[in-house]
Amino acid sequence: MAHPDLAKLEAIAREGRVQIIRMLTHAGSGHPGGSLSAIDILTTIYFNRLRYDAKRPDWEDRDRFILSKGHCVPAQYYCMAKAGYFPMERTITLRKMGSPLQGHPDRVMLPGIEAATGSLGQGIGISMGLALGLKLAGKEARVYCVMGDGETQEGQVWESFMSAPKLGAPDRHLDNLCVILDYNGIQLDGFVKKIMDLEPIVDKLKAFGWPVLDINGHDIAQVDKALDQAETIKGAPTFIVAHTVKGKGVSFMENDPEWHGKAPKPAEAVEAIRQIVGEPVPAWVEPIINELQALEKK
Amino acid sequence: MPAKASRAAFGEALIELGAKDERIVTVDADLSKSTMTAKFAKTYPARAFNVGIAESGMIGLAAGLALAGRVPFACSFACFLVGRFETIRVSVAYSNAPVKLVGTHVGIAIGEDGYSQMGLEDIACIRSLPNIPIVQPADEIETRQAVAYAVDHAGPIYLRLTRQNLEPVHDEHYRFRFGQADLLRPGTDVTILATGGPLFNALEAAKKLAGESVNAEVLNVATIKPLDEEAILRSAGKTGRVVTVEDHSIHGGLGSAMAEMLSEVMPTPLKRIAVTTFGESGDFKGLYAKHGLDPDGIAKTVLKFLNR
Repeated sequence: MAHPDLAKLEAIAREGRVQIIRMLTHAGSGHPGGSLSAIDILTTIYFNRLRYDAKRPDWEDRDRFILSKGHCVPAQYYCMAKAGYFPMERTITLRKMGSPLQGHPDRVMLPGIEAATGSLGQGIGISMGLALGLKLAGKEARVYCVMGDGETQEGQVWESFMSAPKLGAPDRHLDNLCVILDYNGIQLDGFVKKIMDLEPIVDKLKAFGWPVLDINGHDIAQVDKALDQAETIKGAPTFIVAHTVKGKGVSFMENDPEWHGKAPKPAEAVEAIRQIVGEPVPAWVEPIINELQALEKK
Repeated sequence: MPAKASRAAFGEALIELGAKDERIVTVDADLSKSTMTAKFAKTYPARAFNVGIAESGMIGLAAGLALAGRVPFACSFACFLVGRFETIRVSVAYSNAPVKLVGTHVGIAIGEDGYSQMGLEDIACIRSLPNIPIVQPADEIETRQAVAYAVDHAGPIYLRLTRQNLEPVHDEHYRFRFGQADLLRPGTDVTILATGGPLFNALEAAKKLAGESVNAEVLNVATIKPLDEEAILRSAGKTGRVVTVEDHSIHGGLGSAMAEMLSEVMPTPLKRIAVTTFGESGDFKGLYAKHGLDPDGIAKTVLKFLNR
């Protein structure tokens, strides 16, 4: 990929954090922590990696993106809106009756979503199938799967970890697949380490036959470089362990399991957005703050 | 035509279809010798994938393959397939991924292996999911056509296949039509709706009933979902009595589907013949006799139901 315009990508991710907070506040429910931990990764994938045509979501040669941690779909809805799949204003219909922006991704209702996810641990299997199917069809397209650390505890994930590096042998290995772990360390009930530790995850994956890259998932330059490397690795899919902070960018959400699955109240949202954009508040953010303040008065 | 297991007819049909259609692939979980896809794998090694004993992984892989435009047949024993219900529910049904789910070794008819290997709840499970129809062919000729239909069907589909040989109930002119029940024996006194393994026994029972002056109508319900309501209501309206026969749990199978439909649309006295307990080891004919799925058992139940 071309040398990334880091300032531009960071600006997109910053706007993403604002829009995530905005849509979750309108929805009154949802998952801010994991959406904020994943947004730098998704920004890099959507805006410096993935080949797609937002006007032709079923374009055959497109790269595929699967968000296995489906509860963090606000981050994906933002990226899709920013990329032109639908207007940004539609993001505030998240979780509302009749909206294609379901609480977890719905492939049938929303073109551009490649598979229904949200029942955890299933995205990696679908991603492997997509990668294998693309190879069988002679396509150059690649598959990117972002998964969560909590869902890594699922049995199907380990079935997939075992088979992915071996599938497609001898000449169709899934080197068109890149799996990125959003390793924020927190799941619904608390800290992953305390509930069911994944460590040593890098060693485990290597033992299963995966090339593994270990990076900071909030450093867009690192994310982009890892995605570059993944494209050069042949004969096996690549696994990127991306260390992240749950709730990244909002001080009172960071590293707090309480913010796994709770929407901010309007006043909290305004405070969160002010932290994300800093002072002075940019002009494009002011209407969003006004809108959220109006929501509070309702 | 000699008797043949529907899993065997499936395996043969798939090889023929695979020659014409490059999109067809198989995904197995270490049971390809039993689901009869092993020969497909030998014929088309680059289009057959075995993930080991990992059915969730198999179903997930198949969902992705289907969404990438392949036509994957994901095969295992029916019980192990629906044992991974959550993956079927989201990766296949909700994603509307056109996976061809194939569950073999259905019912108590598998015999000696006993309950843990018997598909007895698969219809109940799949029936609760939108997007996935259920087809259970009754003999070789129907199986071959049902497999060909599955390839053409635009969405996901579930094929329910037997381990045991099935006596033919159709001649070579038979044409399978998805969503349609076929009338195998016209009658006036009672409608017997049967599917899969025990269908042949239902026909034998009808012959016995004729000797008792009961003129039974027998329909083959190969498409269990969606039901052919029109044909079933036409028959039930004529006879006024309905009996269902299936090698599946009495909860949630064809009998349940019929009870739901009839009670809403045209309340009709109904008797369900199905498996009411866990399965158990034994020989297939002995088990069918014990569970009332043999010709004598079916005939007796029908006579009692008709107060004869």
